[in-house]
Amino acid sequence: MSRATIVSAAGPVVRARMHGAFHVLEALAVGERGLLGEVVQLDGDLLVAQVYEDTTGLAPGMPVVGRGGPLSIRLGPGLLGRLYDGLLRPLEAEASAAWRFEAGVARGDPVCAGAVYGRVDGEPCLVPPGIGGEVIDVVPDGPQPRDRVLARVRDARGAEHGLRACHAWPVRTPRPVAERLPPEGPLITGQRVLDTLFPVARGGRAALPGGFGTGKTILQESIAKWCDADVIVYVGCGERGNEMAEVLDEFPTLEDPRTGRPLMERAIVIANTSNMPVAAREASIYTAVTVAEYFRDLGRHVALMADSTSRWAEALREVSGRLGELPGEAGYPAYLSTRLAGFYERAARVRTLGGAEGSLTIVGAVSPPAGDFSEPVTLHTRRYVRSFWALDPNRARARFYPAIDPLGSYSEDVGALAAWWQAHGDSEWERHRERLLALLERQARLERMARIVGRDALPAEQQLALLLADVAAEALLRQSAFSPVDRYCSPARQAAMLRLVIRLLDAAERAVAAGTEVRTIAGSAVLQHVRRLADEHGEDDVAGIEALAAEIETAWPSAPTGTDAATATPRLATAPTGATGHAR
Amino acid sequence: MRAELYADGAVRRLDGPLLFLERTVDAGLNTAVTVVGRDHIERLGRVAAVDESRIVVEVLESTAGLGLADTRVRLEGRPLSFGVGPGLLGRVFDSVGRPLDGGPPVAAREWRRVDGGVVNPATRALPRDFIETGVTTVDLLNSLIRGQKLPVFSGGGLPHDRLVTEIAMRARVRGDEAGRFAVVFVGIGVSHDTAQAFRRALTESGAASRTAMFLNRADDPAAQRLLTPRYALTAAEYLAFGEGRDVLVVLTDMTNYCEALREVSASHGEVPSRKGYPGYMYSDLASIYERAGRLRDRPGTLTQLPVLTMPADDIGHPIPDLTGYITEGQIVLDRELDRRGIFPPVKVLPSLSRLMPAGTGRGYTDPDHPALANQLFAAYARAVRMRVLAAVTGAEGLGAADRRFLEFGDLFETTVVAQSGPRTLEQSMAAGWEALARLPREELTRLSRAQVEAHLGARAGVHHA
Ligand SMILES: Nc1ncnc2c1ncn2[C@@H]1O[C@H](COP(=O)(O)OP(=O)(O)OP(=O)(O)O)[C@@H](O)[C@H]1O
Ligand SMILES: [Mg+2]
Repeated sequence: MSRATIVSAAGPVVRARMHGAFHVLEALAVGERGLLGEVVQLDGDLLVAQVYEDTTGLAPGMPVVGRGGPLSIRLGPGLLGRLYDGLLRPLEAEASAAWRFEAGVARGDPVCAGAVYGRVDGEPCLVPPGIGGEVIDVVPDGPQPRDRVLARVRDARGAEHGLRACHAWPVRTPRPVAERLPPEGPLITGQRVLDTLFPVARGGRAALPGGFGTGKTILQESIAKWCDADVIVYVGCGERGNEMAEVLDEFPTLEDPRTGRPLMERAIVIANTSNMPVAAREASIYTAVTVAEYFRDLGRHVALMADSTSRWAEALREVSGRLGELPGEAGYPAYLSTRLAGFYERAARVRTLGGAEGSLTIVGAVSPPAGDFSEPVTLHTRRYVRSFWALDPNRARARFYPAIDPLGSYSEDVGALAAWWQAHGDSEWERHRERLLALLERQARLERMARIVGRDALPAEQQLALLLADVAAEALLRQSAFSPVDRYCSPARQAAMLRLVIRLLDAAERAVAAGTEVRTIAGSAVLQHVRRLADEHGEDDVAGIEALAAEIETAWPSAPTGTDAATATPRLATAPTGATGHAR
Repeated sequence: MRAELYADGAVRRLDGPLLFLERTVDAGLNTAVTVVGRDHIERLGRVAAVDESRIVVEVLESTAGLGLADTRVRLEGRPLSFGVGPGLLGRVFDSVGRPLDGGPPVAAREWRRVDGGVVNPATRALPRDFIETGVTTVDLLNSLIRGQKLPVFSGGGLPHDRLVTEIAMRARVRGDEAGRFAVVFVGIGVSHDTAQAFRRALTESGAASRTAMFLNRADDPAAQRLLTPRYALTAAEYLAFGEGRDVLVVLTDMTNYCEALREVSASHGEVPSRKGYPGYMYSDLASIYERAGRLRDRPGTLTQLPVLTMPADDIGHPIPDLTGYITEGQIVLDRELDRRGIFPPVKVLPSLSRLMPAGTGRGYTDPDHPALANQLFAAYARAVRMRVLAAVTGAEGLGAADRRFLEFGDLFETTVVAQSGPRTLEQSMAAGWEALARLPREELTRLSRAQVEAHLGARAGVHHA
């Protein structure tokens, strides 16, 4: 371990005179309290370090000790269910000092990197990447101290490696995989507007941009609670302490809808709140994604929620500024884009070194200044994600949640995921989804027109479109995170609701074509029922949604050709507004 | 243990707020420093940087009158701290906690770092329970929760001072028999008149005895302005977590704070970020706002009600923008409503209390409170949308139901938003139901059918299709 002596300190930047060899990005223990730091520059016999903790009290003459390697975290069993700081140090009391080992290999067995060689307290122990060979020694089953070497492996060159339950991994280095696989199935988030309109694939990348108070955190929390991942890594990066407390408070009391176990058991929370040191904020995102990759390597499906990537980018900017680097757009360093790409690239569906299938899905919140999506972080992020979930302040102000703007959002994975949906609930999913989107798009155009000519002056068919778009939004897109009945929506219920709404569109359209007044439709009981669909028919009452279909079919008299939906359907969905609108 | 050290005659250079000392004594980063000139005035400072030969001290008060040879520097051996103890309430202090009311200094029971340190999020408890402010747009629609930070976004010339003074005078925690409620009122960069007005209002209402005031005047140095909220919050933390009180901290005006931050940053020659404000303004504001909250193992709550005036009424300006990204909602005041004589002129739609679900509804206020608020928001949002639609065509261009919403919008502003005196939550809710009763019942989809039946059942409002 190399040593150095502090010669100057200012803010989080420390300079020290080296008495041995140090390396760029080497982790350091700084000062008498051993604060965690990292080498950022070497200059003659001086090193420049950034310190991740409060530097109060640091003074010249104090020691700096090199840790011999880059900033690393310890990965292994016992991580789940707890809260850590941005460098993966537990913020709550440590668990017990010993755990029970159960060997999965015997002396003489071959093991490869990424294989599971045993379990402690039921959790797998992984052979770290880069190590493999023949097992030459395994400790007996039973209680073992936490940092004990549990097995020894001799590799092809004859070198011996001791395996502990946990291994260190540098946070800035992506963990290797055997193979990256193309997207296949969706990550079911349990949020209708996402799953039905803008789905994200397992191993996909999604961004959630929005100004303050538009609902990024609540939506990420909802996804963390209800999505069908095996492990959730939630990183609060430069956000509120109370939000972390909320996750800690709430998750243990909620049940995973798939396993019935407390949600906290599948979650890891990493917190660098806005009042914690900025340098550690930059590291916290890497810590989180590294932890997430570790669970992926165990063959799990992992979802990473990063709230907010903008605070991370700002930390990058601040650190870069202190190092005197040349600022680029809006003061961010020129490598912002590369860093963002590097982060999102760590999401993937993979074949692990151990041969299993695992995935890491990343959902990153973006907090653009003044809610303006043309700023650098949003713009660059947009280039690297496949699902873009734009939040709309106007919807948020009307308390229409989640305030996802259906016209400003998109998913590039729809094509890849259609097959899944068509096999799991709605054989016409892709067509239904497009129909709904077309209706919402049409609503926006018609509202602009209504502003000029008056709503009442629109032809009946257009008034109907406005009405139905409203109803469809109320029924499908609105989903309160606080409603015990509706906070989670299973794929089966989503599909039933989508089918029902499409049915309502068809029936109403036929009725109007047959001369029914739009007002009559607006005032009808079944329409009011559909508006409240989500609140009145929970997960245990999907049948109730389906039963409504019959009511819809007989609600209004329809045209003689009414049974032939095919003629009526495309008109409402795709009629060009220009035909009736622009002439005025 | 604190060890005081003196460095006399060690000052080598004075440059703006920075004082460069020869390193004749040992000092760590952030150590508090007292700088005394020939004038015997004590100025606060802190160690901003150290190297092998010098100590750089940032003086947090005016350096006018300081010289090189005759300046004494006392190193306090600890970071900037404030001595707090019983007897803070009923007192008036200056920017850095020195009595302004002629009374003796508060006997220090403990010294607390003014920057508060970082609360481990694992030790936080979630804010719960409601504070009744008497203001309908707050209590009913954007409830203030104990432990929350809820700013008021105002504009120059709007009656935010009146609003927060009234709240400071009247706010109560329901069922607070023991009188554990306290107010810390912090004037930041306020004029002498305004400072006087605050003191008078609080004294006359009888609320002065449960209030501690900190006043930083407009003509105090900028660096000191940065300390005022920190000293005040240190006192508030003592009252909350030391004495177990429910403390409401009113900070007005945070825009003055941010201007001072910009000024101090410029004087340090730092590279500015948006609109000249330093790039670390987000983190700096967070170090103030994040001091609101509750702790798991202790009674007491610290609630913040900061006021800021949005430059040019622009909510996208860095000051409100960064604040909104940190705080748990915001109450937005509106010039148009103010012009129409509506008090308090709260612009309801962009206002938000994020902690509302944690402290309202069953077990906290009224079981129907959240749904009623939600429905009022949705209905008013529709009314505002109809106003836009009707702007060109007039109300005649709208359908019958839409016209009802248009009327509802006006009614809502004059009977729910506007109020002539304080209202209890029950009175606020009654005003809300009253307004909703004018709307077609089947449009009220944010209410359950049972709620419509129970509260609006007997009344008119059926849609005439
Ligand atoms: N899906 C939802 N269901 C119900 N309420 C919601 C939902 N999303 C947001 N809200 C409401 O909006 C408020 C703000 O949401 P949230 O805290 O998620 O915003 P944000 O985008 O994370 O803001 P910031 O950038 O400031 O952190 C919440 O406190 C809640 O009241
Ligand atoms: Mg948030």
